[in-house]
Amino acid sequence: MQISRETLLRSYRAMRTIRAFEERLHREFATGEIPGFVHLYCGEEASAVGVCANLTEQDTIASTHRGHGHCIAKGVDVGGMMAEIYGRKTGVCRGKGGSMHIADLSKGMLGANGIVGGGPPLICGAALSHKVLKDNGVAVAFYGDGASNEGTTLESLNLATVWHLPAVFVVEDNGYGEATGASYACAGTQKDRAAGFGMPYMECDGSDFFAVHDAARDAIDHARSGKGPVMLHVHLQRWYGHFEGDAMSYRAPNEVADAKKDHDCLESFRERAGQEKLLDLSALDEIDAAVADEIESAVQAAKQAPWPEEADLMADVYVKI
Amino acid sequence: MSKKSFRQAINEALRQEMRRDPTVVLMGEDVAGGQGGSSGVKDAWGGVLGVTKGLLTEFGESRVLDTPISEASYIGAAAGAAATGLRPVAELMFVDFVGCCLDQIMNQAAKFRYMFGGKARTPLVIRAMYGAGFNAAAQHSQALYPLFTHIPGLKVVVPSSPYEAKGLLIEAIRDDDPVIFLENKVMYDDIEEVPDEAYTIPFGEANLTREGDDVTIVAIGRMVGMANEAADRLAKQGISCTVLDPRTTFPLDEQTILECVEDTGRLVIVDESSPRCNMACDISALVAEQAFGALKAPIRRVVPPHTPVPFSTPLENLYMPNADKIEAAVKAVMMQKTREVA
Ligand SMILES: Cc1ncc(C[n+]2csc(CCOP(=O)(O)OP(=O)(O)O)c2C)c(N)n1
Ligand SMILES: [Mg+2]
Repeated sequence: MQISRETLLRSYRAMRTIRAFEERLHREFATGEIPGFVHLYCGEEASAVGVCANLTEQDTIASTHRGHGHCIAKGVDVGGMMAEIYGRKTGVCRGKGGSMHIADLSKGMLGANGIVGGGPPLICGAALSHKVLKDNGVAVAFYGDGASNEGTTLESLNLATVWHLPAVFVVEDNGYGEATGASYACAGTQKDRAAGFGMPYMECDGSDFFAVHDAARDAIDHARSGKGPVMLHVHLQRWYGHFEGDAMSYRAPNEVADAKKDHDCLESFRERAGQEKLLDLSALDEIDAAVADEIESAVQAAKQAPWPEEADLMADVYVKI
Repeated sequence: MSKKSFRQAINEALRQEMRRDPTVVLMGEDVAGGQGGSSGVKDAWGGVLGVTKGLLTEFGESRVLDTPISEASYIGAAAGAAATGLRPVAELMFVDFVGCCLDQIMNQAAKFRYMFGGKARTPLVIRAMYGAGFNAAAQHSQALYPLFTHIPGLKVVVPSSPYEAKGLLIEAIRDDDPVIFLENKVMYDDIEEVPDEAYTIPFGEANLTREGDDVTIVAIGRMVGMANEAADRLAKQGISCTVLDPRTTFPLDEQTILECVEDTGRLVIVDESSPRCNMACDISALVAEQAFGALKAPIRRVVPPHTPVPFSTPLENLYMPNADKIEAAVKAVMMQKTREVA
């Protein structure tokens, strides 16, 4: 099925925004101005965007410690995200959460997560809400190859199947959990794991937006139409260290350079859009320029934004005491 | 004797015990790192903050085991191995992740000996980082020692310096009960003189880092350094403090705490953990019950507020106890109108 021009433009813009956001963070982090842990999503943009292009605002996603891409793809405000990462009062979480806890429930974004494997159980709950409230929504858990070994994840695959939930489990397999290779840490295959729970399985190349989009469309349609949960296995490459500051001695010296050369979702998108005359490349150039401006203003605004105040410390522990 | 960092002191303790006792094994996420990586480099990380670096090279893969990200299974495996002949040191990385494996600690390892009528020994050590001050936010900053202290069967160690860390970790490894060993993540680069040879520091014996006449400050882990800093400043203002580091929250050296309070008549407790049911509460109850007559002023607790740890720097600074807050608390108990003590 043809992807609409509007979806293509929106998706390209989202992927470019993620790339520019992350590359800017990489530079800003090196100056020492950004506090805490930062995990970059560069190289993996097409996964978040290809999946979220098939979701509506009322659908729910749960993300990971590497969450900026999922947030942007689900429509969380970029300026608010940047301010959050800088710890400012204007941040989407008022400076309380930081990079690893960006969330916006009004956008169906149930949070990045500092706990590996934290998301899949939550997504079973979100899927249950969609099912009981009959709002036709689906819930999507993004989680890494590393997180696929958490008991919470494996239990969730079972629970979602037992409860026949409208849930999609997106394994973002970049081959590493921190400094440990998936070939060491993951026994068997994701495919066999899905089969073990009687769950339909799909896989795709995560550097190809079109491949992710189409696989995700089938997976999400399946879940939305009441046929139960699905696993979508996305093959990815991570372009930076596990977190900022990781020297990556566990990776072959050429691995990242090759990934950037051969698996760049933005390049392959432009190539295909040009070849198949789907879009005018000048429209994409305009998007690039607009995104560069947007990120620049987000950073400037974040740096100038006010810090949280003393009264904020005690606020929002409970709804009511 | 030479100067060593907190990180080096822990590494040395592990290395010396692994040399001495072939049943000591290490496990955890990226305790070596590099398994299955495309460069073939082994020991790529040596722990997320480099604490276990080099141990894989010396002891090999059968004794230094990288684990999948599966805390429930490998922490449980460490408990099972401990009950059946090994002496595992399992690393939980951040203590906050105990949420993923609490059953294996709380319902399994801690209870074997009692439930089995004294027939089990579980010489298990679980090492984990704790503490705020790193902008690591709510899920990577907690100081959960009260949670473990609450569970009968566990011993809980919170070292306050490199010297303390080495001696207490060796003691923990040689101990036959499950021990939770908590390392403050802000302290890894702290440096002091640490003996080269192996030595132990017994559990349940508090360390008096200074002795004074006016106020007893009980401080835990990283708070000990802050308490001494405050005590230095207070000394210049004519207030003399005893600073007491319990070293272990279980067993707790109740006797030394009570003796110090008997001497000074005033007590300030500094505890980085959430304020409800924490060590400051526990020690307050001890003193209220057993040294009430000696107290010239109400006990003061310097603790964080009852909130998750916030991310943003100004909020995290407000959240954390520090030397200024300790100094103010000590002055406040000194200002308090002295109660007539019989
Ligand atoms: C329960 C828990 N265990 C361990 C960690 C530390 N940790 C953070 S990210 C990570 C690796 C996750 O790997 P993967 O799921 O593949 O995601 P990726 O980083 O590759 O995106 C680990 C071990 C954590 N945050 N939570
Ligand atoms: Mg991964």
